[in-house]
Amino acid sequence: MSGPNTDYDPVEVTPLKAEQVETMRDAALAAIAAAADLDALKQVRLDHAGDRSPLALANREIGALPPQARKEAGQRVGQARGAVNKALAERTAVLEVEHEERMLVEETVDVTLPTERRRRGSRHPITLQSEHIADLFVAMGWEVAEGPLVEAEWLNFDALNLGPDHPARTMQDTFWTEPPEHHVVLRTHTSPVQARTMLTRTPPIYVVCPGRVFRTDEYDATHSPMFHQVEGLVVDEGITMAHLKGTLDHFATQLFGEGITTRFRPSYFPFTEPSAEVDLRCFVCRGASPAVASCRTCKGEGWIEWGGCGVVNPRVLTACGIDTDRYTGFAFGMGIDRTLMFRHGASDLRDFFEGDVRFSSAFGTEI
Amino acid sequence: MRVPLSWLREYVDLPDDLSTEDLAHRLTLLGLKLEALERPGHDISGPLVIGRVLTMEPEPQKNGKTINWCTVDVGDANGTGEPQGIVCGAHNFAPGDLVVVVLPGGVLPGGFEISARKTYGHVSAGMICSSRELGLGDDHDGIIVLPADAGKPGDDVFELLHLRDEVIEFEINPDRAYALSLRGVAREAALAVGDVDAFHDPAARTVPAPNGDGYPVLVEDPAGCPVFAARTVTGFDPSAPTPTWLSRRILLAGMRPISLAVDVTNYVMLELGQPIHGYDGDRLAGPIRVRRAQPGERVTTLDDVDRALDPEDLVIVDDSGPIGLAGVMGGATTELSGTTTHVVIEAAHWDPVSMFRTGKRHKLSSEAGKRNERGVDPTLPAIAADRVAELLTTYGGGTVHDGVTLVGEAPSREPIRTSLALPGVVAGFEISDGTAEESLLAIGAGLAIDGNGVEVTPPPWRPDLTDPFDLVEEVVRQVGYDVIPSVLPPAPSGRGLTRAQKLRRRVGRTLAGEGYVEVITFPFVGDQDLDALGLPADDERRTVLRLANPLSSEEPAMTTTLLPGLLKTVARNAGRGATSTALFEAASVTLPHGGGPAPIYGVDRRPTEGEIADLDKALPDQPLHLALTVSGEREQPGWWGEGRAASWADAVDAVRAVAEVLSVEVTVRAAKRAPWHPGRCAEILVGDVVLGHAGELHPRVCTAYGVPARTAAAEIDLDALLEHAVALVPAPTFSDYPVAKEDVALVVDDSVPAADVEAALRDGAGDLLESVRLFDVFTGDQIGAGKKSLAFALRFRAPDRTLKEGEAGAARDAAVAAAAERTGAVQRV
Repeated sequence: MSGPNTDYDPVEVTPLKAEQVETMRDAALAAIAAAADLDALKQVRLDHAGDRSPLALANREIGALPPQARKEAGQRVGQARGAVNKALAERTAVLEVEHEERMLVEETVDVTLPTERRRRGSRHPITLQSEHIADLFVAMGWEVAEGPLVEAEWLNFDALNLGPDHPARTMQDTFWTEPPEHHVVLRTHTSPVQARTMLTRTPPIYVVCPGRVFRTDEYDATHSPMFHQVEGLVVDEGITMAHLKGTLDHFATQLFGEGITTRFRPSYFPFTEPSAEVDLRCFVCRGASPAVASCRTCKGEGWIEWGGCGVVNPRVLTACGIDTDRYTGFAFGMGIDRTLMFRHGASDLRDFFEGDVRFSSAFGTEI
Repeated sequence: MRVPLSWLREYVDLPDDLSTEDLAHRLTLLGLKLEALERPGHDISGPLVIGRVLTMEPEPQKNGKTINWCTVDVGDANGTGEPQGIVCGAHNFAPGDLVVVVLPGGVLPGGFEISARKTYGHVSAGMICSSRELGLGDDHDGIIVLPADAGKPGDDVFELLHLRDEVIEFEINPDRAYALSLRGVAREAALAVGDVDAFHDPAARTVPAPNGDGYPVLVEDPAGCPVFAARTVTGFDPSAPTPTWLSRRILLAGMRPISLAVDVTNYVMLELGQPIHGYDGDRLAGPIRVRRAQPGERVTTLDDVDRALDPEDLVIVDDSGPIGLAGVMGGATTELSGTTTHVVIEAAHWDPVSMFRTGKRHKLSSEAGKRNERGVDPTLPAIAADRVAELLTTYGGGTVHDGVTLVGEAPSREPIRTSLALPGVVAGFEISDGTAEESLLAIGAGLAIDGNGVEVTPPPWRPDLTDPFDLVEEVVRQVGYDVIPSVLPPAPSGRGLTRAQKLRRRVGRTLAGEGYVEVITFPFVGDQDLDALGLPADDERRTVLRLANPLSSEEPAMTTTLLPGLLKTVARNAGRGATSTALFEAASVTLPHGGGPAPIYGVDRRPTEGEIADLDKALPDQPLHLALTVSGEREQPGWWGEGRAASWADAVDAVRAVAEVLSVEVTVRAAKRAPWHPGRCAEILVGDVVLGHAGELHPRVCTAYGVPARTAAAEIDLDALLEHAVALVPAPTFSDYPVAKEDVALVVDDSVPAADVEAALRDGAGDLLESVRLFDVFTGDQIGAGKKSLAFALRFRAPDRTLKEGEAGAARDAAVAAAAERTGAVQRV
């Protein structure tokens, strides 16, 4: 670029003539408008707005003008360059949008292609159901208690008012371990966890115990030597059957929906007195009256046998060191597998234990 | 307990408008659960009438059978009064006999419609019926021949044969043994209709006083046999038939009619609940004695089983030795038979515990034993014996001997001290003293109310009532379980799930996220399963806890490892076409440690802390394990390219993933352990403690279990891992100054573990090192035989400044120097 031309007489500079500048400007604008894509526009920018473009060269000559002419020429060239740059920016924006649109179209894929490189995992419905139930009770302030599967006979039976000659022992066909005189069994119910809880905690006790249990049942569509139970135990001052009913109604409603409550029928369990069977209002036909004889879930009875419950027998409290003058309690228990079966319409208990991946996978990771 | 309604109605007045369904429902709500409601005979429709056989012509047939072409007088039942022509295949009748005829238009059980049809060259207009065809039993020796005085031709036989009835089958809980009788169910039915006076006790009969002339009975074990009543009938006609109503009732109640004498003993047992035994008096040798068995004694019971007796068994003996298992089953030598004319009737009260033990010991379940082991009303023996004698002589002739034997007396009941307020307190709603009192009286209890409460003497048929809370149930069930209000108890604020419980869920979710499917398998295992794992003879996993009564002799023990169950599941899935699976299971295993026996304590007090500890000491260790398998393709092939086969690395990575979500730092080193491939097995450690193993299975194990080749697996002690879970993760601090990256390739011997090289690099690199990652392993000619090249990416960063030129390089060199020194690594350049 030249320096200010102060030492020279004014000269006439051709490129700075108005018509010349306009010609240069118009040529540039025409070229910009004609540029078809960003590459072409890049060349146009070099040709018409670059350092060696006519307008840039013209700009350099401004210094050669006599001072009185510089201002006018400077304005003229400046306006022309401004117009060119503005046109360039506008054209760039237009071409960029066009370019992006074209590119996005070109990059289109078939989004219906399969995407699963790795098969999904899942958790077992029994685990999920156990956790779901535990959560319902934890939400009420209860805690989840656990105990061993291989259990002392005293805890599985005697402490629960099932003495050595109690007829109820024949109701529960027990797996005994070798040697039998060691008095160790596979727990036949989760009730020894209740005994353990009472032996190790002081009231108030509000616990729920989900877990595996064992009976010497032959394996078929509705029986299994191993299955799952959940039991609940409350020991506190002033606990009544009404509290038991309230708890089970709440449990039923939480698990099966509004309006699904329970019915008690007198029954017998050595560890509770009074005892009751718990029936669940059929959540499919909702026990509509007249009974829906075709209901496959309750077989037209309107009620589903769900489990057992009762007031903790004071003899059990005594064996576990709870002051029976001060405390009463209630307990309940039901089959998790069975609950799952009727809740989800599973027809064969063996599906739970055969491990076919199609079974667990159907339940995902939350139920 | 099956209860024919016609029989029940004899002992309880039921409102006419009470449907059987409603009665069954009310009894269910009282505690006798409806199992089934049957209506036998209701699927039969007439005309079903008495017919008199007028003529019968035997006609041999080509097929070898002989049929009888009969004419039968059916009175006006056929509308004409003319004899009815009927073809009959049976031969147990003669002209003049009264038979049962179903005429055309009638329907027999199973929807069998009768019409006049052509058969054997005749038009047979109806059918002469057998018991079986009418659903009256299995007897198909021939058609029913009615007694001569049964009625006249054309009379309807529905009433005569007691064809139609309703039978409610109840499930009886073990505490309600009294309901194993019509007497007991009738008593409950009276409660069900709210009128105790509706009940008429069949046991309310006056019996003759005992005297010394009865059959001699010596009870040598009064604790085992508190009451023994005996009566004698002589001149009994063994050929006398059982009346139809009686055999029908027995049949509907679920027992098989056998002979009049046997049927009567069963009838009275069903009626009153008191088991009865009848002896052929002519085959008894000397007095009946009751004692415990002596060593070596044997008896053949009515089921023709020769049994070795246990010294705890209560037995009935005569001069010939044992003649019956007392209270459970009689013996063959003195059995009532088709020639018995002299019947000695036994009705005794037995110790339920002894009955239970004998039944269990001999695996013998009988109707008598079922009642005796649950507890029978001890006031019944004399009454029941008298009732049997009455029925025997009424229907079988003979005379009841004047001698009345009664040894012992019903033990008196201890009254239960309680309060009439207790039922309401326990139930949680208002139950007035008056209601409680009424309810207790209704079940037959005696009440003595005083200033301190009430003394309740339970009725003799309720041995189950011993505690105040037993009486609470009696009151509340009558008030109605359905009126118990529903009230949530106010639980104190809880602590939520324990940390271990939360972490276990986290482990499950993590593995599911990693593509593993959770399964649950049985914990039973057999030697062949452990052999298939290739466990050495001295492997600690062979020390199993055996079951005394396994379901399968193939799997007689509790497993010490989750892998057998898991591998069988892999094989099952592969067999069903799923050859690419990733499975996991979290479950406890059973590790015996040679503990002693678990004590049995009393239940009248809490065991001491030491006693509780002794219980736990006797139990095997039962740590929670986590096992997983991965087979076939870990990643599927697709439009994106090739799939990826599952490998040892997937198993190790799954364990690492679990450790990572627990914030546990695990290390891995090579190990040799069955069932893994000896060159592809990793030990998983926390510090110096081995928590488990992961890697590819030994090829022989894959073959033995039938799982896809190169299946990988892992098993770790999850409890131990959870113990190391970091409770409080300290927040990291990190630098935002620029990173300096340096890659190095180090050549080491094949046998040098990459982890060692990495550790050396880490130690040598100093504080500026941010991370090291092995990104390539290379072997080949350029490297040389027995060597491998490990390429590591090192990242350096200072916490407080930008690194100066050369600083990272110097740290890298220091790292390489350390690796060279410790692992013989040579840097490739």
